[in-house]
Amino acid sequence: MHSFAYRANALLTFSLTVLSLICAMASVSDNFNSPFPTSQGQVPNINWFQKKPDGDDEVSLTLNVSANLQSLFTWNTKQVFVFLAAEYETPKNAINQLSLWDGIIPSEEHAIFGIHKLISIGLSIKSGNNLRDKDFNLTLHWHAMPKTGKMSADKIVMTGFRLPYTYR
Amino acid sequence: MGWVGDQIDSLRSMNVRQLLTQTISLGMIITSALIIWKVQQCVTGSESPVVVVLSESMEPGFQRGDILFLRMSKDPIRSGEIVVFNIDGREIPIVHRVIKVHERQDTGEVDVLTKGDNNPGDDRLLYARGQLWLHRQHIMGRAVGFLPYVGWVTILMTEKPIIKYVLIGSLGLLMIASKE
Repeated sequence: MHSFAYRANALLTFSLTVLSLICAMASVSDNFNSPFPTSQGQVPNINWFQKKPDGDDEVSLTLNVSANLQSLFTWNTKQVFVFLAAEYETPKNAINQLSLWDGIIPSEEHAIFGIHKLISIGLSIKSGNNLRDKDFNLTLHWHAMPKTGKMSADKIVMTGFRLPYTYR
Repeated sequence: MGWVGDQIDSLRSMNVRQLLTQTISLGMIITSALIIWKVQQCVTGSESPVVVVLSESMEPGFQRGDILFLRMSKDPIRSGEIVVFNIDGREIPIVHRVIKVHERQDTGEVDVLTKGDNNPGDDRLLYARGQLWLHRQHIMGRAVGFLPYVGWVTILMTEKPIIKYVLIGSLGLLMIASKE
């Protein structure tokens, strides 16, 4: 009854139970955090927009996005993975999503950031080759990864961007 | 050595009825573990509701040895979700993030491209020969929660199978030799 094996077994079971309880509580504590992230984006310049001979479209644009994601961080947050996606609709596809940029925010100090980038995208035939005068959204997605427990993801959609009507 | 001698003595002094009881209780434990596993599969809707992260392609978010909890629902697959998928011809599922989605208007079918956070390029190199996109049937589930470090037990047992045999062997011996 009081052998070494019995005591070791009891200790192991107890510690595992307590550990899993603590992990669950840490995860639940994240629910009390109500985040209010903000972001703005502009596309100041479309550098070029061409149709390639094999039917694909290529566009190069300058992105200017700034965001403040500080309120997403809690004591249980390990990192926030953030990426910027462009979403648009074509006659063939209800929705197309492309990731333009991604980054990792390791801590709260880095959570206010700006992206100022020149992006060139080659859009394949799959996305339809008629992208002239196309509306698109820029969506800032983030994915908060905790130290233990439930992950949460959300996004801010910035609408109102448009590809030009003529190739240039 | 004296301990082993004791165990052998206790083995010899058992009668048939006790042996049968032991076997049945062992069978009950195994069956209830199986039931719990199957119920997990039903509840989360995915074939393997828990996976262990084996590679470093999602660092620093997921380290080797972390456990991921999966859930599969009929919701559309969108970029940013972390999905676990199988490639034909590879037996180990891969956990990466969706970066491109093309969804058909009429049928609702999706073409999906994935990339590991820590990888320089997308996953086309990993897909089967000639395959450019993933479809819904390849995807086993979405990651919804995770526990760090717990998966190291599984990694150890897979990479050094001798540990698995030693563990199960000694558990079996303990079960038979104890009289409770």
